[in-house]
Amino acid sequence: MSVRTLPLLFLNLGGEMLYILDQRLRAQNIPGDKARKDEWTEVDRKRVLHDIISTMFNRKFMEELFKPQELYSKKALRTVYDRLAHASIMRLNQASMDKLYDLMTMAFKHQVLLCPRPKDVLLVTFNHLDAIKGFIQDSPAILHQVEEIFRQLTEVKCFFLLCLWQTYGGLSAGEFQLIRQTLLTFFQDLHIRVSLFLKDKVQNSNGRFVLPVSGPVPWGTEVPGLIRMFDSKGKEVKKVEFKHGGNYVTAPKEGSFELYGDRVLKLGTNMYSVNRPVETHMSGASKNLAPRTQENIAPNPLAKEELNFLARLMGGMEIKKPSGPEPGFRLNLFTTDEEEEQAALTRPEELSYEVINIQATQDQQRNEELARIMGELEVTDQPRQSASKGDDLLAMMDGL
Amino acid sequence: MFRRERSIPLRGSAAALCNNLSVLQLPSRNLTHFGVVHGPSAQLVSAAPEGVPLAQRQLHAKEGAGVSPPLITQVHWCVLPFRVLLVLTSHRGIQMYESDGSVMVYWHALDSGDASPGTWSGQILVFDIPAKGPNIVLSEELAGHQTPVTDIATEPAQGQDYVADMVTADDSGLLCVWRSGPEFKLLTRIPGFGVPCPSVQLWHGTVAAGYGDGQVRLYEASTGTLHVQISAHARAICALDLAPEAGKLLSAAEDTFVHIWKLSRSPESGYTEVEHCHGECVPDTQVCGARFCDPSGSSFAVTGYDLAEILRFSSV
Repeated sequence: MSVRTLPLLFLNLGGEMLYILDQRLRAQNIPGDKARKDEWTEVDRKRVLHDIISTMFNRKFMEELFKPQELYSKKALRTVYDRLAHASIMRLNQASMDKLYDLMTMAFKHQVLLCPRPKDVLLVTFNHLDAIKGFIQDSPAILHQVEEIFRQLTEVKCFFLLCLWQTYGGLSAGEFQLIRQTLLTFFQDLHIRVSLFLKDKVQNSNGRFVLPVSGPVPWGTEVPGLIRMFDSKGKEVKKVEFKHGGNYVTAPKEGSFELYGDRVLKLGTNMYSVNRPVETHMSGASKNLAPRTQENIAPNPLAKEELNFLARLMGGMEIKKPSGPEPGFRLNLFTTDEEEEQAALTRPEELSYEVINIQATQDQQRNEELARIMGELEVTDQPRQSASKGDDLLAMMDGL
Repeated sequence: MFRRERSIPLRGSAAALCNNLSVLQLPSRNLTHFGVVHGPSAQLVSAAPEGVPLAQRQLHAKEGAGVSPPLITQVHWCVLPFRVLLVLTSHRGIQMYESDGSVMVYWHALDSGDASPGTWSGQILVFDIPAKGPNIVLSEELAGHQTPVTDIATEPAQGQDYVADMVTADDSGLLCVWRSGPEFKLLTRIPGFGVPCPSVQLWHGTVAAGYGDGQVRLYEASTGTLHVQISAHARAICALDLAPEAGKLLSAAEDTFVHIWKLSRSPESGYTEVEHCHGECVPDTQVCGARFCDPSGSSFAVTGYDLAEILRFSSV
C-alpha cells in the first residue's frame, strides 16, 4: 500500500469537514445585533473556520503529515478530527462529532470512487483547497485575526505547496493507482446512507454509490467501441466497431494541476447549502456490514504504533484554549437537541468510535514526550514585510 | 447471451485490488474453488456447479511488525503439470499452500525494507516446485522490470510455433516476454505508454494486455509487434482471463463492464483478429476480479470492490 496517502486523506476529509461546519453554522446563524450571548453569529462562524484552517496548516503539523507512513485506522484518524474540530470556540457532542465524521468519510469515499483517473484525486484536493481559500476571505469584523492567520499562512503556504509538489508532483500513473487502492481500502465496507446523496441519486438505498456509465471518459482514455487490427508493419488493416453498453463521450479538456486553474472536475466542490440539511441513516447497517476482523474488536482500540503517531501528529497541532470568559459554543449537527440525544443512544455498536483521550494514556513516557512537543511549540515568527491592513486579503495570500 | 446465476456469498467484501479473483476448476470432482482477497484475509470458497457454497476457509498473511495486520495483495492457484499450489502474496512475503489451503508448504519472506523488494522492486522470483512436499527452492531471480510487477501469465511450451512461455507486466506498462528453461531467457520487451498494465494473458504466442486507460492490446509475443488495439473500457482494466480451448478473452474494468472477446488467427495473413462476443454491465460495481469458470468460456464469475459476494454468469 502507498505510504503517500495520508496527506491527501487528511486534506480532503478536512475540506469536507469545513463545508459541513460552514453549512451548519450558517443554518444556525443569527444576525449579529439580534443574537443573544449564546447564539451563533456570522463573525463567530468565520472565526471557527479560521481557527480550524490555521490549525490544519500549521507548519509542524504539516511536517508530520507529509512524512511517508502507512495509513492509520478510521478510529485513529477520527481522534485527529475530534481535536481539530475543537481547535476553536466550537464544541461538539459525541453524537454530532460521529455524524460529522460519517458525512466527511462518505463524501470523500464517493469522490475517490468517481475519480475518472487515479491522479484526479489531486484535482479533488485542489477543489477543496480552492474552497478553503474562499473561507478565509475578507471579513472586516475580525480583520486583525484573519491578517495574523494570513501572515502565518503565507509563510506556511510556500512550505505546504512545496510538500504537496514534492510528494505528488513526480508520481507515475501506477503510483496514483496504488494511492487510490490504499484510499479505497481505508473506506472499505462503509455504507452509511446520506440523505443528500440519496436525494441526488448519487447513492442507492442500500448505501452503495451510483457509478454512472455515461458522460466524458477520463482524459487520455478513448471512447470505448473500436477494435483496430494491424499488420506486421504497423499499418491498420481492419477497423470494427462494437457496442460497448455505456454512453460515453470524449473528455472536453484536462483539469488544471496548477496553483490556479479550471479543475474541470466538480468532485470536491461544496455541495452543501443552507437549504439542504444533511442527515445520515444508520438503519440496515448491521446486515450490510461484514463481520469485523480482529483489529476492530480488540479491547484496546488503538495499537501502540497508532498512539505514537497521534502523539506526534497532534504535537504539531497548536490548539488554542478559549481565553478569558468566553464559553465554548456548542454546535449541533442535528436539527434538535432531542434528535442528537436519540442518535447517540441508537448508534449501532459496530459504528461507534471510542474517543481517545490522549492525556489519559498509562504510558508515562509518551505523556512526557507529548508534553515536551507541545511545550516546544512557541511559534517564533519573523515579521513579514507585508502589505498594510487595508489591502485585499486575497492579494495578501498570493503575494509573498 | 448470458444470464445471471446464483451468487456465492462471501464473509468479507472484496478489496480494491486488480486480479482479485482466482478460480480453480475441478470438473472431475464437480467442484469449483474461488479465492478472493478481503484485506488482511483471503477467502476460499468451494461451490457445486449450481453455485451452492460447500466449504469455506480464510487465510491470513503472516504477522509481523507494523501499524496494522499485513494486507494480502493476491491469492492465486498455480496449476502445475503434477500439482496445484495456492499462492498468497503480501508485503511480508509469499506463502504457498496445498490447493485447498489446508496446509502451508512454503514461506518466502521478503526483506522488510520499505515496501517489499521482490515483486515491488520489479524482480521476478522463480521457484522450483517438487511433485510433492514442502521442498520448494528459490531457483532464480529475474531482472527485467524497474517498477512493481503487476501480473504474470504463462502457457505450456508448444513446440516450435510458440517459443514464448511467460509474459510479465508492471506498473509502468512494460511487458517482458520470456522463454523458460534451466534458466529463463528474456525474449522481448514491449514498452508501455504511460499507464500501468495490471493484467496480462498469453495465448498461442499472442500476448493480451489490459491497461489503466481501458485499452486491451494484443501483441505477437516473439517480436512485440502490435496486432490489435481495442478501446475496450472507459476506466482502468482490473482483470483479464482466458478460456484457452475456445480462444476467448475476458476483460473487466472499473467502469462496471465485463466484455468477452473471441481471438483467432486469420488463415490468409496469419494475423491475430478479435471479435466482440458479449458485454455485461454489473451495475454500480467497481469490478476488481473476473474469471472464466470453465475451459470453453461458457460461464464466468465476477467480484467487485465492497461487494460481499461472487457474481456468476453463464451462457444460455
